[in-house]
Amino acid sequence: MNTPALLELRGIGKKFPGVVALAGVDFTVRAGEIHALLGENGAGKSTLIKVLTGVYSADAGELRLAGRVIRPAAPKDAERLGISTVYQEVNLVPSLSVAENITLGRQPGRLGFLNWRAFRRRAAAALARLEVKCDVDAELGSLSVAMQQMVAIARALDTSARLLVLDEPTASLDEKEVAELFGIMRKLRAEGMGIVFVTHFLDQVYAVSDRLTVLRNGQLVGEYATADLSRLALVGKMLGREVSAADFTSHAAAPAVTTQPVLAARGLSRRGAIAPVDLALQPGEVVGLGGLLGSGRTETARLLFGIDVRDAGEISVKGAPVRITSPRDAVRLGLAFCSEDRKGEGILPNLSVRENLIFALQGKRGVLRALSRGEQEQLCEHYIKALRIKTADAETPIKNLSGGNQQKVLLARWLATQPAVIILDEPTRGIDIGAKQEIEQLIAKLRSDGLAVLFISSEIDEVVRNCSRVLVLRERRLTGEIAGAGLNSENLMHLMAGTHEAQS
Amino acid sequence: MKPKAKSPIFWPLAGLVALVLLNAVHDLGFLKITLLDGHLYGVPVDILTQGSRTMLVALGMTLVIATGGVDLSVGSVVAIAGAVCAVLLQGGHSLAVTLAAAIGTGLLAGSANGLLVARLGVQPIVATLILMVAGRGVAQLIVDGQVIIIKSPSFEFLANGFLLGVPFAPLLVIALYAATHFALRRTALGLFIEAVGDNETASRFAGLAAARIKALAYIFCGACAGLAGVLAAANIRAADAYRAGENMELDAIFAVVVGGTALTGGRFVILGTAIGALLIQTLTTTMYNLGVPPAIAPVPKALLIIGVSLLQSEKVGRWLGGLWPKKEAA
Repeated sequence: MNTPALLELRGIGKKFPGVVALAGVDFTVRAGEIHALLGENGAGKSTLIKVLTGVYSADAGELRLAGRVIRPAAPKDAERLGISTVYQEVNLVPSLSVAENITLGRQPGRLGFLNWRAFRRRAAAALARLEVKCDVDAELGSLSVAMQQMVAIARALDTSARLLVLDEPTASLDEKEVAELFGIMRKLRAEGMGIVFVTHFLDQVYAVSDRLTVLRNGQLVGEYATADLSRLALVGKMLGREVSAADFTSHAAAPAVTTQPVLAARGLSRRGAIAPVDLALQPGEVVGLGGLLGSGRTETARLLFGIDVRDAGEISVKGAPVRITSPRDAVRLGLAFCSEDRKGEGILPNLSVRENLIFALQGKRGVLRALSRGEQEQLCEHYIKALRIKTADAETPIKNLSGGNQQKVLLARWLATQPAVIILDEPTRGIDIGAKQEIEQLIAKLRSDGLAVLFISSEIDEVVRNCSRVLVLRERRLTGEIAGAGLNSENLMHLMAGTHEAQS
Repeated sequence: MKPKAKSPIFWPLAGLVALVLLNAVHDLGFLKITLLDGHLYGVPVDILTQGSRTMLVALGMTLVIATGGVDLSVGSVVAIAGAVCAVLLQGGHSLAVTLAAAIGTGLLAGSANGLLVARLGVQPIVATLILMVAGRGVAQLIVDGQVIIIKSPSFEFLANGFLLGVPFAPLLVIALYAATHFALRRTALGLFIEAVGDNETASRFAGLAAARIKALAYIFCGACAGLAGVLAAANIRAADAYRAGENMELDAIFAVVVGGTALTGGRFVILGTAIGALLIQTLTTTMYNLGVPPAIAPVPKALLIIGVSLLQSEKVGRWLGGLWPKKEAA
């Protein structure tokens, strides 16, 4: 089928200070097609969407809509041209009515007076097009998230949209609601609309999309017909590893003796985040938590560390059941957690390296038992040397350090508390190769020192290299475990893609 | 990279010195301090005495602002505490009971603010605005709409008395500054407050009881305002529920910000706050000396606040930096 392209992006480039977000990316959407846009974190999906919808202007390349070159300078421009977007977080006003939300910004009426009847009529028509039953006078905030999403789509369609961009629309929907959304997407496709669909869920890609485009590190990996690309091949493309490439096998030895697990969880779950998970960490063991983005890895770590409250499940430390309802509880029990969001959840940007480094230990000791300046400097000296942290001195604000060195300071912060278990969520993200290697060496050392490490990473090779056992999550569910000789990147990718059942 | 780290109190101190010099040029008598009946007198002494209340309120405000919040209710708390003092002294209660009640009132008000902000997650401006507005009413209620005259020499001593020839109120406030400094820097409390203001999420994830720290800052701020209420009532020997502590929240915020603590929270500079409070008091005195009508007095204050805020803004800094571009290392 060779329908003419509705939207054509050619050679799109976008640079931010210090980062190339997009380089020479082509992206084509045809009328009457659902086109999935895929890639891991930092692949450039959201930058591409923002270029498309006029939030950013591209540094290079051109955009064509139905053959005409366009240059949307603001979201409003894009909307006028017929490109409508529904963002992941519903961007509406909860305290206004459904009708008001649908027509907001283009209210019918004249001379500043509003035509309320036209308001309702338009909103009702927009909803009817989607075959959604909803009271147009209801306050938006009183509706379910799924229904709000439908209203957001209705709003997007109220303008004469030709291209609809759905940025992770299913992130907060349950299965039935997803099915309803897919029904609407198919209906719009039949009307000849082009739909861009951003999601992390592979099942959904295969359920609804016709074609897909994969990005990685700001570059185009390729465009494929969904039906022609196997799941495994897709995962390979997203992660930048072909299945045929040489396999890594685990070098990490399992702990010699199986003793009592230092941290164990049974039936740990939270609605909308993760289905019940069981796990147990032995001292001296590095356990990987594998899975694609959005598979529930971080969610599991957050439940273990008491950041989010679990709906069900028990956690025990060294065999004794414990109560963890806040990070404070977790730290006191000897847990440590390095967040994947270094900037938002890790560093205290304006405070010094020294203050950042001693922070968790001081928190554990409490307000009154302050570490003396001498003790603090001793700790800093030790860790700056041991982890080879590159900083002018310990009094430099941590925000002046490079990402890798910030990460090392955060690792030192936790090591100073002498934890029994350390959870590392993407500890090597956004840092250079040298620092990556050093952090991997450190993990090996921690293991030989008898710590239990829960290691989360999107890089398959890294997981295979560092872990002696890997728990694999898929679509917020624990789907398998690989250990020993079976731990290689191919098996891991099969599990992550959900194709292992078909294989065996 | 910045060329050199400047001391955070450089600018407020420079401002204070400039203002004092300006006054001295205008009138040399400004700097004159005389010893009369074994007591120190003079304009600088007046500034210290009259500025002590703002200094005290600003001390508490520093910690609240360091956590990334703000407390608008301090002025009203000053009025309530003054009213409580007047009523209790009128009822024949002892000075100790009166002082305890006034400071307790401040603690209670601070607890209410802390509860709203730290536990219930109400925005600091909104949470403390409630007490700012309602507090005046509470104070009026306590004194039954009257201005109550206080006739207690020992109470008046707190604000207007002299200890070894030095006015007592500034001595008390300076002692409190020193005590607070040690309490914050000898324990880990100062670090924790700065951490919560710098990145609350990261602090919580590192195992800190961030909510408790924030609440504590509001409670301390309330206590400071309560004591300032005592000084304000003692100073005029009366409880004026309507005027006491009026616009004090703004002066205190001004003192904190001028003193080098950013409104966004994080690093706090207690000494800077003290200098900021003296700067604002000197400004007030200056305008009085220059014969500027009180109704216009807020204008120069406002101009100074705008100037300081602009100096602290990164955007303006970049913009100014762009006017005089530095040679970049190749």
